Amino acid sequence: MRKIMEGSHAVAEAVRLIRPGVISAYPITPQTHIVERLAEMVADGDLDADYITVESEFSALSACLGASAAGSRVYSATTSQGLAFMFEVLFNVAGMRQPVVMSIVNRALGAPLSIWNDHQDSVSCRDSGWFQLYAEDAQESMDLHFLAYRVAEDHDVLLPGFVCFDGFILSHTYEPVDMPTQEEIDAYLPPFVPVNVLDAKNPISMGMYATPDYYTEFRYDIDRAMDRAKDLLVTAGRELGESIGRDYSGLVEEYRLEDADTAFVAMGSLCGTVKDAIDEMRDSGIKAGLLKIRSYRPFPRAEIAKALSGVSRVAVLEKNVSLGSAMKGAVGPEVKDALWGSGIDVFSYVLGLGGRDVRKKDIAAINALSIAGKGDMFYGLREELI
Amino acid sequence: MSFKDWFREDRLPHIFCTGCGNGTVINCTLEAVEEMGWIRDTTVFISGIGCSSRAPGYITTDSLHTTHGRALAFATGVKLANPRLNVVVFTGDGDLAAIGGNHFIHACRRNIDITVVCMNNMIYGMTGGQGSPCTPPGAISTTTPYGMCEPVFDLSALAVTAGANYVARWTSYHVTELTKAIKVGLDTPGFSFIEAMVQCPTAYGRRNKLRQVSDMVTYLKTHALLLQKKQRMEEEGETVPADMFAVGEFVRRDRPAMGVLK
Ligand SMILES: Cc1ncc(C[n+]2csc(CCOP(=O)(O)OP(=O)(O)O)c2C)c(N)n1
Ligand code: SF4
Repeated sequence: MRKIMEGSHAVAEAVRLIRPGVISAYPITPQTHIVERLAEMVADGDLDADYITVESEFSALSACLGASAAGSRVYSATTSQGLAFMFEVLFNVAGMRQPVVMSIVNRALGAPLSIWNDHQDSVSCRDSGWFQLYAEDAQESMDLHFLAYRVAEDHDVLLPGFVCFDGFILSHTYEPVDMPTQEEIDAYLPPFVPVNVLDAKNPISMGMYATPDYYTEFRYDIDRAMDRAKDLLVTAGRELGESIGRDYSGLVEEYRLEDADTAFVAMGSLCGTVKDAIDEMRDSGIKAGLLKIRSYRPFPRAEIAKALSGVSRVAVLEKNVSLGSAMKGAVGPEVKDALWGSGIDVFSYVLGLGGRDVRKKDIAAINALSIAGKGDMFYGLREELI
Repeated sequence: MSFKDWFREDRLPHIFCTGCGNGTVINCTLEAVEEMGWIRDTTVFISGIGCSSRAPGYITTDSLHTTHGRALAFATGVKLANPRLNVVVFTGDGDLAAIGGNHFIHACRRNIDITVVCMNNMIYGMTGGQGSPCTPPGAISTTTPYGMCEPVFDLSALAVTAGANYVARWTSYHVTELTKAIKVGLDTPGFSFIEAMVQCPTAYGRRNKLRQVSDMVTYLKTHALLLQKKQRMEEEGETVPADMFAVGEFVRRDRPAMGVLK
């Protein structure tokens, strides 16, 4: 069924179809519309879940961890400061291998305080052991939740995951969205079967002390699971396509890359703007294309190397900054690593921080910069403020 | 100087909605600060995040606008680094009692020499009206569409129990009493906690049959019960209606305090 929906409400509908047993969240702009809608669904009996109005994000994710360990499918959503506050629990959830799925409605981190969009929040959680998927539009924001639960709960994976989508740009705008049926989602996503569950008849302890003789192997295990998640994202993404008609088997997605000289690399809603800019550039004879990264963790190194093998240069558009790093953006170095030895130039451009708009002409200007060999920089600085 | 001299007029217009109670509480606080004879150079306002926490941004002193819930931890650092500073914290029921609850009880326990003015509007105002630990039973919020079913925190009782030297509660209707209470708080060594019940017509009133600003102020006025009267009613075996709250001075004492300039 096709409906015009606010991005946040599309995600709330996805969560309803996914049937979590426990939802626990603390309000924070621009995540609020999702959790308010879910609270309503629970209160109206449209979703048979417990909704816990906890007193902070720290408690929200801790309650999710507890509920997951007790065998329930759980959901939370947050952003920015809230995600930063969850940082300690993130590592515990991953370390205890609980398949919690969380929506991250991407927003900048303070100080200075900003409620507007960039990717600093989720990118900063890169090494926490959660997989991270980025959506381009409302439809993808919805659909990636189905995929995320399917992958997270698979017994070969058992890892938590983020579904990231851009605050306000996607969460507070209306788009046509195609809603799958409950039957389709029930068939695609069977009830959660936990592997280790808190059960008084068969007591286990989770999260205990690991001596130096054991600790490393726990981390190694998570990394192996990430590799398996990479394979499963492909097969489960294909199956999702067979079920609802939209294929998500690609960890990356190409747009007009076939004969491109400049390849842009981007994540999230920015990809829409880049595609429009590419169309205009192509109309005026500039051969540009886009590689969209859907899965930032696990990182699709081989897929990127393959997709970009024929281009002359790569411009990575980064809505994050790794302060003090050589390339400035966090994604660029990994793309460069994927193309190591190919002779292809890879540059990072930090842009769109704290909600600054990225326009088509910015993309064209970055193309010119990359041709001139200028990159690894903040793009579009207001010189008068420096 | 008049209390108006403390305002940063270049920051106007402020973000508060028409009829919001926060402005009244800021006025009362600045009036009390002025009556104390404090000067800008040695007065610091600190806050977390929320509509109420925006207050320091409109005042012409140094201020720290920190993260949600953490104002008291930041304030503790400021006060101990320089005990000559007069430190005042503005906070909301969400900032103080939900995400920052732990800092609250420990600041009371240590009895650190700061004054906290909490604008309790019974809701998370800034994020659009979700239920807070002070949303009364049955009240509608965006996360409790059929009414809050959890019990509330009595913030003043909590502060008394946890060890604060001075604790009082008034409302945005009781301007004179509130100003006096804040002044006593500023003057009392140790931790002072002044709870100001305020109207939030936008996120609370609108959903709870208190649409007009005056409806909410009337609600606060008619549900406030003088502490002495409440005690008398209890002594005489009368039942105090569950939706009434006590106003007045709950404690003024001299427990050992931290950060007091000798
Ligand atoms: C860590 C974190 N979580 C959530 C938020 C979102 N947030 C901002 S203000 C607020 C609630 C404010 O309520 P209160 O303190 O009662 O102040 P009011 O706006 O009602 O004056 C919330 C949840 C945040 N800024 N940071
Ligand atoms: S939302 Fe409520 S607390 Fe915030 S400014 Fe408006 S009236 Fe005041």
